[in-house]
Amino acid sequence: MRRPTDDSLFTRGLLIAITVGYIGLFLFLPLLTVFSSALAKGLQVALDALRDPDALSAVRLTLIVAAIAVPFNLAFGICAAWVVSKYDFRGKSLLISLIDLPFSVSPVVSGLIYVLMFGLQGWIGPWLRDHDIRIIFALPGIVLATIFVTFPFVARELIPLMTDQGRDEEEAAVSLGASGFQTFLRVTLPNIKWALLYGVLLCNARAMGEFGAVSVVSGHIRGLTNTMPLHVEVLYNDYQYVGAFAVASLLALLAIVTLVLKSLLEWRFADEIAATHRH
Amino acid sequence: MSLIAESLAKQFGNFPALKGVSFAAPTGAFVALLGPSGSGKTTLLRILGGLEFADTGRVSFENEDWLAKPARERRAGFVFQQYALFRHMTVEKNIAFGLNVRPRKQRPPRAEIARRVRDLLALVQLDDLGQRYPSQLSGGQRQRVALARALAIEPRMLLLDEPFGALDAKVRKDLRVWLKGLHEKLGLTTIFVTHDQDEALEMADTVAVLNEGRIEQIGAPKDLRSHPATPFVADFLGGTPATASVIALKPRTLG
Amino acid sequence: MSSVAIPSRFARLRNPSALPGFGLTLGFTLFYLSAIVLLPLTALLLKPWTMGWDGFVAAITEPRVLASLKLSFGGAAIAALVNAVFGLIVAWALTRYRFPGKRLFDALVDLPFALPTAVAGIALSALYAPNGWLGGPLSLLGVKIAFTPAGVIVALIFIGLPFVVRTLQPVIADMSEEAEEAAATLGATRWQTLRRVVLPALTPALVTGTGLAFARAVGEYGSLIFIAGNLPMKSEIAPLLIIIKLQQYDYTGAAAIGLVMLAASFVIILALNLFQSLLAARR
Repeated sequence: MRRPTDDSLFTRGLLIAITVGYIGLFLFLPLLTVFSSALAKGLQVALDALRDPDALSAVRLTLIVAAIAVPFNLAFGICAAWVVSKYDFRGKSLLISLIDLPFSVSPVVSGLIYVLMFGLQGWIGPWLRDHDIRIIFALPGIVLATIFVTFPFVARELIPLMTDQGRDEEEAAVSLGASGFQTFLRVTLPNIKWALLYGVLLCNARAMGEFGAVSVVSGHIRGLTNTMPLHVEVLYNDYQYVGAFAVASLLALLAIVTLVLKSLLEWRFADEIAATHRH
Repeated sequence: MSLIAESLAKQFGNFPALKGVSFAAPTGAFVALLGPSGSGKTTLLRILGGLEFADTGRVSFENEDWLAKPARERRAGFVFQQYALFRHMTVEKNIAFGLNVRPRKQRPPRAEIARRVRDLLALVQLDDLGQRYPSQLSGGQRQRVALARALAIEPRMLLLDEPFGALDAKVRKDLRVWLKGLHEKLGLTTIFVTHDQDEALEMADTVAVLNEGRIEQIGAPKDLRSHPATPFVADFLGGTPATASVIALKPRTLG
Repeated sequence: MSSVAIPSRFARLRNPSALPGFGLTLGFTLFYLSAIVLLPLTALLLKPWTMGWDGFVAAITEPRVLASLKLSFGGAAIAALVNAVFGLIVAWALTRYRFPGKRLFDALVDLPFALPTAVAGIALSALYAPNGWLGGPLSLLGVKIAFTPAGVIVALIFIGLPFVVRTLQPVIADMSEEAEEAAATLGATRWQTLRRVVLPALTPALVTGTGLAFARAVGEYGSLIFIAGNLPMKSEIAPLLIIIKLQQYDYTGAAAIGLVMLAASFVIILALNLFQSLLAARR
């Protein structure tokens, strides 16, 4: 006889079949398609596509953007989490809502707001043109848009964790004579290091893969302002499918590595990353 | 003897929770299963309730093969340690649940169900709290709702798993008295699990002391006190001065 | 003994905690937020009004704009509902059952979070195109997915699935089985237990997850433009129209649509928060 809280064999079988089918159909197949389409004409053709100068500069641009955006957002995330978890002040929940903002905004709108500020018809567009500073259609604009869409990641990982951890240890450190910075470095940082890593991982994955926002601000100038995702679009629209999927495969590999590392961190350090994600 | 259990054994993986437990109790008995954690008492209770399955052994209740029925059909009212009230239902809906899920033919009409719920609320002295949600009640109140809910199905036996474990001392004492009174009034065969020997010895008319999956001794409280059958029983019940002096006297009186 | 010069509540205002660094960290945080978020957002909030209220209304009631909004919102709603049903099943199976490969399937659920939307876009497009692995057999049955609104819905199902599943999983895992056991001892069948005890307990998380999936799907761009078809009035999503207007230097028109989408996002988030606090109050 089965336990009263077990579903019948039929139910279990059916639900598992649906689960496997749904995930297989909607998640696994698309992933598989990326790699198989890249290799459709053989490994050599795919590698040649990756060695193309435009592809290489797209890779370079992606790496540069991530290398700038992630550390900035790391600094912000730590500051914001520190402020929110170690102090009480009015307007805290407004602050937290603001931090969550980019998650609810369309990526295209995220890019739009920078065009409206810095674009030719934007608020300070004319001033920028007069001073020959290019933000939109250049690296700074891409970096800004990327920062916008990825800055919540680190903060959102740290805030619940640091709030849970409380202030006791830091207060003890201060009472023993440590400065604020020392307290952070010696007491807080070790307690949050895995959550920090987790947040940086997600932040980086999104920074490298962001498409919509960057698409709006970049101008799609081949070899200059195309990140990898944009280059994929350019190739695909040019009917260069193997090339597009080859670059896409690199991004898919990044996604897989991210997922593996993410799972590893969740598995080993579940408590320390407050893995019950609150959206 | 209407409840007879024979050689019940249960293993969880490699861990033997019950190693061959047999006992008997008459209809209307108030039995306490007493023992330290890990002794198998909760496992035994859950087997009686149909929430676990024994690997071997038999149970007959009022001449029926008790273990052959699934939990739904046993009508054994089970009261959980953490109450297990349905959070999203009011107190009234919780109590009425067992009646509402009956197949149409056996379901009483709505007015009847409402009346029974009211009577039960009065019985457990929670008359005006029917519309509240469990989260708005105290621990003691939730416990009484859980009891009322189990009683609503007119159970053939009542099974309680550490019913007062999560409550503070004063509430516990009051509820003990109250439950004992309820038992005298309703005369239901009641089996409850506890690790508190004062509770067991005070409330039950039959106490079974379990240790590491076996019943060390079963009998009336005063018999257990005056004639502990094994050192474990003597030790476990040895908290009160009466038993301590019994142990001191033992060699001479049994000599 | 001198008395304390500053009333304690004033001291708290200036230094809300014993820990140093309040001014610095709050200052940096606010500065960052203002520069990156608030200021640019203000540009969006103000731009559409340069054409006045009538201009604004005209801009967003253009047939092409309305069609694109309908597709973005409608497609998102349908995809969210599909994900609600199947996401519940998936979350249940992944949490309660054991089967070979479960860990792998569980990890796959996060794929839409990690995979760049452009990659998802071209993959889905290739998959459902008339000569694709799935598009081929489907076209034999007369079903067209790629380059139609159906393609948009399929892509949005991909995007939104993790929101529903990941919101439900911790709730299912936390549910103590005792409530289900209690229902069984009270005589309920398994189906009754699922319907009356389990499902109501899961409804808040289900609504939240579906709401989040919907909010995400409404603004989606990268995974849609390859599979959508992008025909004005038929299969053109709102974000694409924003980009097209920008390319035509119609900044105000683009901003108008952007504002509508931003407002919609706010309303959804607000509704979800309200829903959750209503629930919290009731319990």
